[in-house]
Amino acid sequence: MWRPVFAWLLLMAIAPISAADARDVYGFDTQAQEQRFQTLISELRCPKCQNQNIADSNAPISKDMRDEVYRMMSDGASNEEIVGALVDRFGEFVRYKPEVDSRTILLWATPAIVVLGGLMVVAGIVIRSRRAGQNESPLTDEERARASAMLDGDDSSRT
Amino acid sequence: MKRLLLFTPLILAVVLGVVLFAGIGKDPNKLESALIGKPVPEFLLTDLHNESRELSSEVFEGQVSLLNVWGTWCPACRDEHGDLVWLAEEKGVRIVGLNYKDNRDDALVWLDRLGDPYQVSIYDPRGSLGFDLGVYGAPETYVIDADGIVRYRHVGVVNEKVWEQDIKPIVDRFREKI
Repeated sequence: MWRPVFAWLLLMAIAPISAADARDVYGFDTQAQEQRFQTLISELRCPKCQNQNIADSNAPISKDMRDEVYRMMSDGASNEEIVGALVDRFGEFVRYKPEVDSRTILLWATPAIVVLGGLMVVAGIVIRSRRAGQNESPLTDEERARASAMLDGDDSSRT
Repeated sequence: MKRLLLFTPLILAVVLGVVLFAGIGKDPNKLESALIGKPVPEFLLTDLHNESRELSSEVFEGQVSLLNVWGTWCPACRDEHGDLVWLAEEKGVRIVGLNYKDNRDDALVWLDRLGDPYQVSIYDPRGSLGFDLGVYGAPETYVIDADGIVRYRHVGVVNEKVWEQDIKPIVDRFREKI
């Protein structure tokens, strides 16, 4: 009695997946090529629905862009040529991975600059505290004697 | 010196605030065309009104034109159509229409019913010229100068305000150069 219900639930569960798969079918000779296609379309941004890549987007323009990527791949174009052709039409905007050039260098260099700055601050603090440690100790001589006695395991000083 | 250092966080916050504030109010959906300063891509498409007449980028030569991308499937195109007719008839603007991913019969009925503001109508049923132009959402309107160079792109509806503020100054500038 539960079987049809189960089957129906299962169908419902897999239906969205198959819909997405059937969206458009591109044939590839090798797995590597298919992988390359998937990587390319996941790194290209849809100009219409701006927070999606063209792999995820259902917009007609994304379909056109996927078709163009596929067509150029089939013609033997390199990844740079394919991305370049789309950038020429839609602008730098479609790259999820911007190229390193004079306009984007700050974008790429910011993490390094921040890490470097952080290291310098840490180094500064360490050096300063070391220097301070050499000159003056927060402990008086008496305290120092007590401390070393404690560390040596001599309990007499505790009384 | 030490004292000044204490102000670093404040300065950083102000700079960041200014940078972020500059971005407020910008519509992220309006992208500048990648073709600004470049010629209209080569194409060979038929005339919407005449299947056997082929059009190429020569249609832009000699005059400053607007290139309006539209389709009968596009509600916003219906919205701006009256303004395009007004521009063509009252302001004498030369508008080239690019009928994008549409059906010839539907398009002709539309122009018949609503008026035809286009001096030339290019029929692009597969969207090939649209794709080369980087059209990502109709309606889009381009300013093309007399040498066929793309000078400006407006994404979205053209109305009197957009014409006066954004498009007219550019059209006027390139008209003077002829």
